[in-house]
Amino acid sequence: MQLFLQQFPIVVRSLNAGFVQTLKLFFVTLIGAMPLGLVISFGSMSRFKPLSVFTRVIVWIVRGSPLMIQLLIIFYFPGMVLGNPIWGGKEAGRFAAASVAFIINYACYFSEIYRGGIQSVPVGQDEAGMVLGMTKAQIFFRVKLLQVVKRIMPPMSNEIITLVKDTSLARIISLQEIIWAGQAFMKSSQGISGAIWPLFFTGVYYLAASGLLTLLFGWIERKLNFFRV
Amino acid sequence: MAILEVQNLRKSFGRIEVLKDIGFTLEKGEVLSIIGSSGSGKTTLLRCLNFLERPDGGAIRVAGETLFDADDPATQQERQVRKKRLRFGLVFQSFNLFPQYTALKNVMLACELLARERPDYRANKREINQQIESEAKALLHKVGLANRLNSYPYQLSGGQQQRVAIARALALSPDILCFDEPTSALDPELTGEVLRVIRELKTADRTMVIVTHEMEFARNVSDKVLFMADGVIEEMGPPEQIFEHPRSERTKAFFSHMTRE
Repeated sequence: MQLFLQQFPIVVRSLNAGFVQTLKLFFVTLIGAMPLGLVISFGSMSRFKPLSVFTRVIVWIVRGSPLMIQLLIIFYFPGMVLGNPIWGGKEAGRFAAASVAFIINYACYFSEIYRGGIQSVPVGQDEAGMVLGMTKAQIFFRVKLLQVVKRIMPPMSNEIITLVKDTSLARIISLQEIIWAGQAFMKSSQGISGAIWPLFFTGVYYLAASGLLTLLFGWIERKLNFFRV
Repeated sequence: MAILEVQNLRKSFGRIEVLKDIGFTLEKGEVLSIIGSSGSGKTTLLRCLNFLERPDGGAIRVAGETLFDADDPATQQERQVRKKRLRFGLVFQSFNLFPQYTALKNVMLACELLARERPDYRANKREINQQIESEAKALLHKVGLANRLNSYPYQLSGGQQQRVAIARALALSPDILCFDEPTSALDPELTGEVLRVIRELKTADRTMVIVTHEMEFARNVSDKVLFMADGVIEEMGPPEQIFEHPRSERTKAFFSHMTRE
């Protein structure tokens, strides 16, 4: 017990540092993937056949293969196959590679959610806007957007909570996020060695984060309850 | 001069010809009812007038201005369509109110967006918006919803929603107001209030085109009745003629079918 109390502050400091990196990856992915997903969803809904087919094939490849493999390919392919290690060997390079992989992967998932949301708005809403002399942009932003947001809130909150936990996959390219930080104590770090509990303890961080997100999304859904679609 | 002139209008979906050579004229202030069985092309005709469908042939003129002519590409530019739609208003069978806006905002929204295109908008923003709001309130008062201004569509009955939709269509003061089976989605006990509102809209200078299955209503409110069958105008004339002395065998068959039901 005394040993645990000695180790605890050291471990928490280390896990906190790792969790900062986890959160950075989480927010960078959201900021990149949410708008990119909209672009991809417009691509897959395009009436220009080659573009929509091309977009849907990309989405299929990205959603149909493990994120872990995508991380490995994006990180190692330039250096080990092309002989041009664009990411370098430092933490910043690993973070950049992880961000690219996560943004592309999540943008594809988001794009399908957006597409479903946009296509589920009844065509009568477009027609009502049109006969009232609205432009296409006005119909999208003033009539449909909020209805789409309301419809996609539940699947989006699912994906975003999954993203918190998926960031742990970046461990595979040695990004120093919270799993990496916890694992370090299994070998030896800061005078602690052979300790497995720090790795288990990282679960508490994920639980706290997903708990907060659940509260946040519940609040947003209640805010959007003033109308029904 | 006729307010509405439709000439040789044709429209096909794939190989199915839905409208075959439709032509009629309407004077300002007249009410035209279009009747006929399902699939006869009534709704497609209304959708062509509102530029929700592009006709394959024929012409549409409003107050002498050619809005569409299949033989004249200059009348078919996409950019012009938005302005041309404003000559017509359309009340849908399924209301199509905007669910995230109150009744008042539903009526005001299109007017607010259009007002922004006015050159004097920036200078007189407040007055313009106040004007729009008071006109919208007056319209909702007229359709009997003065006490439901701040209700959202889901809080209203079907009949009330349709009355908001009528106020919304009126707000842009269209030359011709069209109704596409305005009571078909309503419970029977709610059709009366909507039909009453439409009847009250009839004034000397309000032109209306109403697609309906309510024969009693069509007979009472219309100046002209048009019976459609298989994409053609089978018979057209004053309500007394169509309802009491139909000339066409198909019209007679249609009515005897209706009464038997």
